[in-house]
Amino acid sequence: MFYKLPEIEYIRVSELDEVLSLLSRKEDVKVLAGGTDLVIDMKIGRYKPKTVIDISGIKSLRYIVDEGDKIRIGALTRMQDIIESPVIREKLPVLAEAVSMLGSWQIRNMATVGGNLCSASPAADSAPPLLVHEAKIKLTSIEGTREIPITEFFTGPRKTVMHKIELLHEIIVPYDEDFARTYSYAKLGRRNSFTLSVVAVATVLKVRGRRFEDVRIALNAVAPTPVRARSVESFLRGKEIGEEVIEEASELVVNDISPISDVRASAEYRRHVSMVLVRDTLLKALEKSGVKEVSK
Amino acid sequence: MLVKFRLNGKDVEVDVYPNEILLDTLRLKLGVRSVKRGCERGECGTCTILLNGSPVNSCLILTPHVEGAEVITVEGLEKDSKFKELVNNFVNEGAIQCGFCTPGFLLTAYTAIINQKIKTVDDVKKSLEGNLCRCTGYVKIIEAVAKTALK
Ligand code: FES
Ligand code: FES
Repeated sequence: MFYKLPEIEYIRVSELDEVLSLLSRKEDVKVLAGGTDLVIDMKIGRYKPKTVIDISGIKSLRYIVDEGDKIRIGALTRMQDIIESPVIREKLPVLAEAVSMLGSWQIRNMATVGGNLCSASPAADSAPPLLVHEAKIKLTSIEGTREIPITEFFTGPRKTVMHKIELLHEIIVPYDEDFARTYSYAKLGRRNSFTLSVVAVATVLKVRGRRFEDVRIALNAVAPTPVRARSVESFLRGKEIGEEVIEEASELVVNDISPISDVRASAEYRRHVSMVLVRDTLLKALEKSGVKEVSK
Repeated sequence: MLVKFRLNGKDVEVDVYPNEILLDTLRLKLGVRSVKRGCERGECGTCTILLNGSPVNSCLILTPHVEGAEVITVEGLEKDSKFKELVNNFVNEGAIQCGFCTPGFLLTAYTAIINQKIKTVDDVKKSLEGNLCRCTGYVKIIEAVAKTALK
């Protein structure tokens, strides 16, 4: 046994109320959903909680509900559920595509979407699609619930706005037909599959005539949190579609990111590929929008 | 703490530490040696088991987590005809060298096949992305799985 886990008190719950009450009473707690991050984090000593609350048995938190103008995804929905869901494939294909590149099949069978967000890795795979769709995160505690725009959810590497007593309950994604259809996702890792992001980019857009009506772009692994590329977005809004405009816009992404060098890539390389992938995803999304000739 | 689950069709009850990993429980307490210890961090797939029918990494699972669940390893599939066909194809195609990765590959591939996830050779590769092999170079493994799934 190469790794030694800290000694823990293990509590398994099957009802939401139970975990909420435990969270309000216990100190030094970690919540275990799929465990694919938490168990590793405990093995490498990143976290040494006194108590682990296993919430995987709360059946009422595993769902994907289509409410027409929005889709609600329960925190304990597995990544594999998302990929296989007809609702997500039709109405949020960018999420299905991003998640299908997360980990391996074995990991996707355990990992949950709530867990992916709560781990708050700068490289979280589910984040860019949810950022471009401006999802809301519903947090529940013994004191009630609140909804936070996902754009405000992450505060730093492995940090979120969640209070100690709160549980990530569900993700609410507004449905927008144009954004849903006109999307592109690209992930660059150190190899083609089962890999962490060097950078990943999700792009959705709306076109009117020959102009960009609206553009939303999000990236992971190039800042302390997953981020939106606001300078690229506002530059493109209203502009006439063309190769030069896209080229110029893509370069602006460096204003939105602050990459670091790590074992996967240097900061300089990340800046470079961020520009390349922003450009590529814009072009691919435009193809889906039916715009044929992008060049002047 | 006592944990009860179904292992290869039999009910088992085992006394474990709260921080015990299923891989260790299976190998050290329940004698299931086909489940291999590789990276211990979810990257190699040698520790793959089927948990309620889905392939997962037993090195990332706390044993108390499988209370009431169904766990299957290759020992539990010995009599399954599709599984036997897959094993034969592994043998005949030369998809096994040292064999360390084989139980994990077999479980993942078997599940993909019976759930009809494999329509193309790319599907084979996608299904197997969580299993590493240090010997074969994968080509023969992919051929063995494709032969079983696509023939
Ligand atoms: S030992 Fe579990 S994935 Fe490597
Ligand atoms: S046959 Fe040796 S690791 Fe695969």
